[in-house]
Amino acid sequence: MTADADVNTSPALAPDGLVMGKDGLAALVDVLIRHGFTVVGPTVRDGVIVLAELRSADELPYGWGVELEAGRYRLRERTDGAAFAHAAGPQSWKPFLHPPRVRQWSADRTEDGLVLTADQPAPPRCAFLGVRPCDLRAIAVQDRVLTGGAYRDPGYEGRRSGALLIVVECTEPGATCFCVSMDTGPAAGPGYDLVMTEVVDEYGHRFWIRSGSPEGSAILAELPTRPADPETREAARAGVADAADRMGRTMPEADLRELMAGTLDAPRWDDVAGRCLTCGNCTMVCPTCFCTTTEDVTDLTGDHAERWQLWDSCFDLDFSQLHGGPVRASSRGRYRQWMTHKLGTWYDQFGSSGCVGCGRCIVWCPVGIDITEEAAALHDWTHSRAPDEGSGPP
Amino acid sequence: MTTVAPPLPYRVAGTWAETADTRSVELVPTGHGLPPFAPGQFAMIYAFGVGEVPVSVSALRGPHGGLVHTVRAVGAVSAALYRLRPGDTVGLSGPYGTGWDLAEAAGQDLLVIAGGIGLAPLRPVVHAVLERRHGYGRLAVLVGARTPADLIYREEIDSWCGPAHVAVTVDRPGPGWRGAVGVVTTLLDRLDLRPERTRALVCGPEVMMRHTARGLVTRRLAPDRVQVSLERNMRCATGHCGHCQLGPLLLCRDGPVVGYDRVAHLLLVREL
Repeated sequence: MTADADVNTSPALAPDGLVMGKDGLAALVDVLIRHGFTVVGPTVRDGVIVLAELRSADELPYGWGVELEAGRYRLRERTDGAAFAHAAGPQSWKPFLHPPRVRQWSADRTEDGLVLTADQPAPPRCAFLGVRPCDLRAIAVQDRVLTGGAYRDPGYEGRRSGALLIVVECTEPGATCFCVSMDTGPAAGPGYDLVMTEVVDEYGHRFWIRSGSPEGSAILAELPTRPADPETREAARAGVADAADRMGRTMPEADLRELMAGTLDAPRWDDVAGRCLTCGNCTMVCPTCFCTTTEDVTDLTGDHAERWQLWDSCFDLDFSQLHGGPVRASSRGRYRQWMTHKLGTWYDQFGSSGCVGCGRCIVWCPVGIDITEEAAALHDWTHSRAPDEGSGPP
Repeated sequence: MTTVAPPLPYRVAGTWAETADTRSVELVPTGHGLPPFAPGQFAMIYAFGVGEVPVSVSALRGPHGGLVHTVRAVGAVSAALYRLRPGDTVGLSGPYGTGWDLAEAAGQDLLVIAGGIGLAPLRPVVHAVLERRHGYGRLAVLVGARTPADLIYREEIDSWCGPAHVAVTVDRPGPGWRGAVGVVTTLLDRLDLRPERTRALVCGPEVMMRHTARGLVTRRLAPDRVQVSLERNMRCATGHCGHCQLGPLLLCRDGPVVGYDRVAHLLLVREL
């Protein structure tokens, strides 16, 4: 080991973090794999930036950005070769931590009677490379839902406890991003193992990297880094601060929780219901939507049955089925349920907002419904109504 | 904190008919059992290979000392539970949710109002009060059903007369019915009520609970003296599936039994 490497083994000796080049990123993927992690990160596939298993850093989307709009997603080539200059793609980390299909337990009819056995999978330890700050918050939100209450979901807990979170701060927000409104980015909040900020300028392509956990420090110690110079730190901070000023969307300046609770009878719900296809895309791409249904299956012997948990959507008619009919039959009722839950009643149920401002629901809505536009319209409605109060019916 | 686990196997100790489409099932654990249930709490009952449904406990101790649930055959799972016979095995988990607040009701007049199968989650309350009759003030049990044939626990209701004021009404009387006719709120109109010392526990169809609770408030009962037992679709009972939301509430966790003061405004919103 060199003297430089000794410096790196203790983050306390490098309070300002470390700097590494593209070779550092390549080493990071190799080191993670050597430590037994399945590395999952962004890569270009089928015209989008997906999250998939990476065998090497070469698979990262160097030189790719994205153009985002309501109902629209396009890759765009960049000239700077940046690896993380793209906003959220269609996936979040949700499919890895809270997969769409999970077997929970099995039931067997035996000579000794009914035997019920919990599934005890040994999930791979995943290193999530390139978690955006909004998605880091989304993971914390799902943590509270699935493991923070009276009951813990053991499958989620197992996948989550093995996961290493490597955050990359956001320097290139999309036109549908509004993390600043939701106070989740573009700088990283707590909860990461490692955090990087990518800088590409006349001094080169490099990453300012800091550790947030002993496990992160152990990984960091094996990377080809040097102590962070003030210029890199300053450029990194400026890039993040600049991103905060370039959010494509904003939420109305209002208490969104109160706004949702106070507008349940707003005519705007009929307006959005006229556009909403109730396809549920928004709930699939949302990094916090957690709802599931169950499916019970038997094999051909009839003596072995399994309980599966599947993603569900509050836009599905079956979701609210009760005594032969849905409680929320109209698309008005179902869109209102989704949005008021996300921005309002989530606080009552789980102590935080359910929205992190990633903008995926806007991008992947086939008709381009924009949650920030809907919130603004509701806000306008409450304001337009206020002066009329007391004037009585016309 | 509890880790979600598979249900425990329970054996059917006995089943009996309550009405043409409703049966009670008594369950005893085959190995170690679940923690004790409180009146108003519910279990998830798993029918092998078919699925799982939430069912309130309708007696804490049946003839064989087991838990009793009353099931009406409505969907695939409840139909499978309806067909259970002694010796069959199901999976059971729980106890889930909030129960009726019997501690607050100590020394108070108790008004139990049930519509249809809504009497099932309230029956353990009547049992508890009758066991400690001196611990409570007046007990009134008002029961409504669509027709006389839809009345559950009919003989048992008769046995409550005496220690309790009991009144039964049906929407559509049949031949031989000499009792009251009309919705359950009409029984309320004739009741001698001491609102400042009465607690009301209401369970039935949502529209019935809404009218009943409103009627009670009109009779000067404070909304926080009224509890209702609400129902929504439910897949997990552990707060993870998202199905049982009623606005800010997750009914598996914050319910099913909730104070009317907390939900009066929610019950007025269509499709919430």
